[in-house]
Amino acid sequence: MTRELHLSVALGSAGPRSAAHWTGLVQLAELGALDFVTLDDSLDPADGDGRLDAVAVLAYAAARTSRIGLIPTVTTTHTEPFHTSSALATLDFVSEGRAGWLVDVSTTGEAARAVGRRDPAPAPELWAEAADAAEVAARLWDSWEDDAEIRDAGTGRFIDRDKLHYIDFEGPRFSVRGPSIVPRPPQGRPPIAVVLDAQGRDGRWELAARHAEIVLLDAAGPAAAREARTELLKRAGRNDLRVLIRVTESPDRLPELLADWHAEAGTDGFHLVTTDPTEELPAVIHDVVPALRARGLFRATHSGRTLRDHLGLIRPDSRYAVRTETAL
Amino acid sequence: MSASTPAGRRQIHLAAHFPGVNSTTVWRDPGSRSQIDFSSFQHLARTAERGRFDFFFLAEGLRLRERKGRIHDLDVVGRPESLTVLNALAAVTEHLGLAATVNATFNEPYELARRFATLDHLSGGRAAWNIVTSSDAFTGENFRRGGYLDRADRYTRAAEFVEVARALWDSWPSGGTPRTVRHSGPQFDITARATLPHSPQVHPVLIQAGDSDEGREFAARTADIVFSRHGTPEAGRTFHADVKGRLARYGRTPDQLKILPAATVVLGDSEADAQERAAHIRRQQVSPQTAIATLENVWGRDLTGYDPDGPLPDVEPVPDGELAQGWAHMADRFGIAARWRSLAEEKHLSIRELAVELTARQSFIGTPASVAAAMDEHVQTDAADGFILVPHLTPGGLDEFVDRVVPLLQERGVLRTEYQGRTLRDHLGLPAPRQEESA
Repeated sequence: MTRELHLSVALGSAGPRSAAHWTGLVQLAELGALDFVTLDDSLDPADGDGRLDAVAVLAYAAARTSRIGLIPTVTTTHTEPFHTSSALATLDFVSEGRAGWLVDVSTTGEAARAVGRRDPAPAPELWAEAADAAEVAARLWDSWEDDAEIRDAGTGRFIDRDKLHYIDFEGPRFSVRGPSIVPRPPQGRPPIAVVLDAQGRDGRWELAARHAEIVLLDAAGPAAAREARTELLKRAGRNDLRVLIRVTESPDRLPELLADWHAEAGTDGFHLVTTDPTEELPAVIHDVVPALRARGLFRATHSGRTLRDHLGLIRPDSRYAVRTETAL
Repeated sequence: MSASTPAGRRQIHLAAHFPGVNSTTVWRDPGSRSQIDFSSFQHLARTAERGRFDFFFLAEGLRLRERKGRIHDLDVVGRPESLTVLNALAAVTEHLGLAATVNATFNEPYELARRFATLDHLSGGRAAWNIVTSSDAFTGENFRRGGYLDRADRYTRAAEFVEVARALWDSWPSGGTPRTVRHSGPQFDITARATLPHSPQVHPVLIQAGDSDEGREFAARTADIVFSRHGTPEAGRTFHADVKGRLARYGRTPDQLKILPAATVVLGDSEADAQERAAHIRRQQVSPQTAIATLENVWGRDLTGYDPDGPLPDVEPVPDGELAQGWAHMADRFGIAARWRSLAEEKHLSIRELAVELTARQSFIGTPASVAAAMDEHVQTDAADGFILVPHLTPGGLDEFVDRVVPLLQERGVLRTEYQGRTLRDHLGLPAPRQEESA
């Protein structure tokens, strides 16, 4: 039996084009039944073309789409983890369970001077901080158990406060008391994604092993991809990790290439990195996707509603709810 | 852009507040639905747009309130992050302004200016920022910055924050090239330029809600809208005259700042019917437990043994008793308690009846015709420029107002029947903001 692959596309970073422009691209990706789109972001003003906030663009697109997963980059270096957690939980609410989070850091002096709160720091330190931010987000998303809202007229209580939890995170760069102000989002926890290079073994590998459910892997060839994937799954010690190979290739060669890699690398699927989405995405949707379908490698429509459904990832229980049950 | 029609009647500006997280929302009502699902936000926003409102307004909370060391569980709790909801609403509305309350204490100017510029860009010039600050170490426990900000520094930080945000918004003029902003002050030291060119309304509308002398001065200098607490005609006119009187020293005219108090509306088929409904709603908002909690915040001690339908406690407040966190600070407990006691004695009120009386805000109660007449009267006599309506039901709480009162206001010629412009500044009749030349 053929293993179906997961297919997604990177739309680049959101330049100051109209809302209709970005929404049109996301709708086109949805038409092709892709698992998700990613949209880059950073707080670096050096990009001369300008840039819109990626969470905002995908929140706008969420209201005009119904199936496609939406994964914005949110950097952790200059942001408040509490705000990041709230914004992503909200993206999950407005999209009814289609949000994810592509974690990145900011090493540039330009971003540091723009925010003005701290000096640039070395990448290993920033990735350790990013792992803490991911831990905080996950705990905050879990901090309301799913059935915390009770609306109990008898006692006058809107919530059962025993089902809300302080997270009490303490780290070298920040501490967060919790609980979240946003109730637990539709997916429980929006899946966390991270970009890795098969060659390097930097701090982001540790983050991926501990927190990610989606790894976007840069690899020179199928053998390197297979090796990196095996190591990653071993480090993570769990099987709920989808490894998607990042592909920058012109659309006409893609169907052959993807089929070959899929067979050789044992990968879960692909993340197509476009350089000009306006040009390349129509070819992906109208040519590449039908060719993959013809080979039995890709779905005809979305069969589920949420990003987790598309990726075959289960909805996790709140860690606090699990703890309560084991204590009994 | 005139505030008056040819007939000379001042136009009413209306905004819709989404009633999450408070004791205003009557969640026991069978019509009460989710305060978190996007469909609820979409329903209220589209209703407001159907009623030709100026904007939709979201409050903010950054820490769940506590009483007696535990999370307060009596109010509607749990809300989404404002800017993300408003970006989604921008996609399902065309004209409605979109206002978010965001705290300047727990954000940084570059990041927040960029997020508001994005909303303004995606919505085609419909964004507004309600600027608030906090000196609250309790809320600060969720943030890197913590709660170190002195109360006295709140407006200092807010003023410098807005100055930096405006410099950033102005650093990429329409059709121009972006400039670098260099700012070095007591609160912020940054070098950056905007990541986005101007929106159609140049930059977001600014809203301010403080009522102290500093707050009023800040509003006169900086804000386009004041979210006022002074809803009664007399208090409204006094506030109106005071704040508008401060504008000239900043080279502004009275039309350039809109004063919008919060207000609730209860309609009935007769005056008696409306009064009966209002009383019923107030009792649902102030449950026996909520009534006791209201008193405990002043008494600073546990009053759970007292009968909510009985007289006020015979014990004195505890001077330093802090039972609750996340509420506005109660200074002068003894004075407040004494005033409440004499009010209760004078009007023969139980604990719960007193709490109902104390937590009331400006309400328009009556038939659609009498409510339309009263709102019109407020605006024509300079008690307000309009209202921020706070419904008691989520999300259908504005349906009846829009169906029954809005047509009457339109007949009176004081509410637009169609939007004349696309941006929030257009709706408010505000001129484009002055372009600050950065050094």
